Amino acid sequence: MEFTNWSCPLPLLDYPNIVIGHGGGGKLSAELIEHLFLPAFRNDVLENLGDSSVLNVPAGRLAFSTDSFVVKPLFFPGGSIGDLAVNGTVNDLAMSGARPLFLSAGFIIEEGFSMSSLAQVVQRMAQAAEKAGVLVVTGDTKVVEKGHGDGCYINTAGIGVMPDGLHIGPTRAQPGDAVIVSGSIGDHGMAIMSVRESLEFETTIESDCAALNTLVDAMLGVSRDIHVLRDPTRGGVASSLNEIAGQSRVGIMIDETKIPVKSDVHSACELLGLDPIYVANEGKLIAIVAGHAADAVLACMRTHPLGVEAAIIGTVTAKHPGMLVAKTGIGGTRVIPMQIGEQLPRIC
Amino acid sequence: MKYMNEFRDGATAQRLAQEIRQITTRPWAIMEVCGGQTHSIIRNGIDQLLPEEIELIHGPGCPVCVTPLELIDKALAIASLPGVMFCSFGDMLRVPGSTKDLFKVKSEGGDIRVVYSPLDAVTLAQKNPEKQVVFFGIGFETTAPANAMAVHLAKKLGLRNFSMLVSHVLVPPALEAIMTSPISRVQAFLAAGHVCSVMGYWQYPPIVERFHVPIVITGFEPLDVLQGIRQTVVQLEAGEASVENAYARVCSFEGNKTAQKMLEEVFEVTDRAWRGVGTIPKSGWRLSPAYRDFDAEYRFEVSGIETKESPLCRAGEVLQGALKPNQCEAFGKQCTPRNPLGATMVSAEGACAAYYNYGRFVTLEKAQQPVHA
Amino acid sequence: MCLAIPGQVTEIHEDNGIMMGKVNFGGITKNVCLAYVPEIAVGDYTIVHVGFALNRIDEESARATLKMFEELGVLNEELEVPDEVHE
Repeated sequence: MEFTNWSCPLPLLDYPNIVIGHGGGGKLSAELIEHLFLPAFRNDVLENLGDSSVLNVPAGRLAFSTDSFVVKPLFFPGGSIGDLAVNGTVNDLAMSGARPLFLSAGFIIEEGFSMSSLAQVVQRMAQAAEKAGVLVVTGDTKVVEKGHGDGCYINTAGIGVMPDGLHIGPTRAQPGDAVIVSGSIGDHGMAIMSVRESLEFETTIESDCAALNTLVDAMLGVSRDIHVLRDPTRGGVASSLNEIAGQSRVGIMIDETKIPVKSDVHSACELLGLDPIYVANEGKLIAIVAGHAADAVLACMRTHPLGVEAAIIGTVTAKHPGMLVAKTGIGGTRVIPMQIGEQLPRIC
Repeated sequence: MKYMNEFRDGATAQRLAQEIRQITTRPWAIMEVCGGQTHSIIRNGIDQLLPEEIELIHGPGCPVCVTPLELIDKALAIASLPGVMFCSFGDMLRVPGSTKDLFKVKSEGGDIRVVYSPLDAVTLAQKNPEKQVVFFGIGFETTAPANAMAVHLAKKLGLRNFSMLVSHVLVPPALEAIMTSPISRVQAFLAAGHVCSVMGYWQYPPIVERFHVPIVITGFEPLDVLQGIRQTVVQLEAGEASVENAYARVCSFEGNKTAQKMLEEVFEVTDRAWRGVGTIPKSGWRLSPAYRDFDAEYRFEVSGIETKESPLCRAGEVLQGALKPNQCEAFGKQCTPRNPLGATMVSAEGACAAYYNYGRFVTLEKAQQPVHA
Repeated sequence: MCLAIPGQVTEIHEDNGIMMGKVNFGGITKNVCLAYVPEIAVGDYTIVHVGFALNRIDEESARATLKMFEELGVLNEELEVPDEVHE
């Protein structure tokens, strides 16, 4: 574990593992803050160490979001719980069209969790925050007894600023809108599956975990006729589109042959009997865009590193409201229902 | 993926469908035996490419659908015992027993593990010597060799903490039961290609002869299913009945002799209750006496189980093609994919679940069609 | 039931006295039990269900089937008779 950025890691090295005291608010907690969290997150607000952090925010509307991260394993191909914790909340804010500014980070750590692993998680968070252009300005740490907490759980909440006059939301899809996806689907979920006990397989699939706020900025720079943005995390594209169809009271028709899927992800899904359309993504977005603006938005997305494989996959229709329907590779039609529970590998 | 993508070609599928339309002159009811085939049909929308005269009846070839309720309840009871690590294929986790399912057992503290292969359960037994690892060995003849190897390996390794709860079901007796049922409308079968890859298809000529019913060994990709249907319709239109192999790249008449040898050693034939259908004699496999020590039904004393099938559930009639899901009173009301009463609603391949999802779409489409004056 | 997919054998070894191997499914690799296909060789294609190879894929037969599919449409087009010609 690389400690060179730390002001002085010595007190932490005395404790190779987290103990209950690190969450107790006393000397051990202070050491953790001073020697691990502060050096990683480095900003004036945080360094004030107040009970709450006072921030300057522009006047207008604020977007506010929170998410908790309990992924197992904590480190997986292409990412970690740390990356997810920052990018997940940044993305939730970006999906409203907001510019993410500040995050909080709450940790619930299992007694006995290795200090080095915690440091790695925090370092990944710091790197992700820097890349996304957000500051972690307040936080909390609790330690729970061994046997609880799965190593480490993280909650992040975030504040972002809404541009004037922008109204993006899941009730705003309209018949005639185009459905665009920013790139290949299923990468994250299959990366996790590839290291899951009893299901593991050898692959180069990596999680697509990434902050999407700069992509959204670019898209909004081209057109304000973006009606819905959604990052299809748990439940995949299928769940997101079903939710949007339900909330906007529209039907959505997609063409399966247009959906980008990496060939390894496709193979892995075939092996386990999974459908990529239900598999989680952590660095992709769905954009529902007014028909006349679709081509321009798509062209813009394709110039951004996170949108290179963006594609128009379908349209919003007044028919079959609330339902997501797909044209299959052989020209048939199938209904893609809302997932019930977790998608599990099947043999049948 | 080689030997998969080529068999999904859209243009060829359209041409095969066109061929089928050209040769079909009358209504025909064809049953695809295997749940995997049903999945492919629904997933790809294959039935929509077919002429209206052809009705595909979704058969009972889905272990999720037909595992007897008593055995599900036994599985749930064993899984709830302290010290047990219950391993299962993913398919079984949401199958409702009389009062709950494996997910509920998990939420109550049970140690439930989803595995890809039965050998994973053996590995878990080796890694967790303090736990009693039980594997839910369900499936048709396709899965039996894998389950057999797992228990064979456990015996070889002398693992005292591994056992299997077996509920295998066999296809040929099921076909006979369907053909002798007074309510069945099946006129031909698409036989399960992967079952036949293990067992061969030497068991089918007597069935064809007895019932004068065409049986075509069929694969799973869209082109395989369409080809199987095409060969079946050719026979039906000509009034012929024989066994044909439309999945020759994988299936042979004799099947896999190596696998069959292991099956004979590890399993013995038994009567088996098929959920919703009833008991079909000699239609299942259980562990043979040589492997009784590894039989979870003997190892665990789970008594006092009260098995109660929902009185509203008519899955059995649906499975035989005698009832369409939307003709059942509970369909869409007490019984939905979220709250399934029986297995045909739990499994995405179950006829009831398929109908629930696709049926609503068709209804909406029809409702929006302009009214002709 | 019977989700079984085609893959290519890339390695063969033994584990606990049982023939095992690595099979490549379009870019991903999984350990698979090869005990039921003792005659299989590296480079062969096989159909795999729950981690077990059930049979070798007969590649010639596969090619024949695909060729038959190709000829399907061609035959149709050659035989297509314009409506006016029907007696």
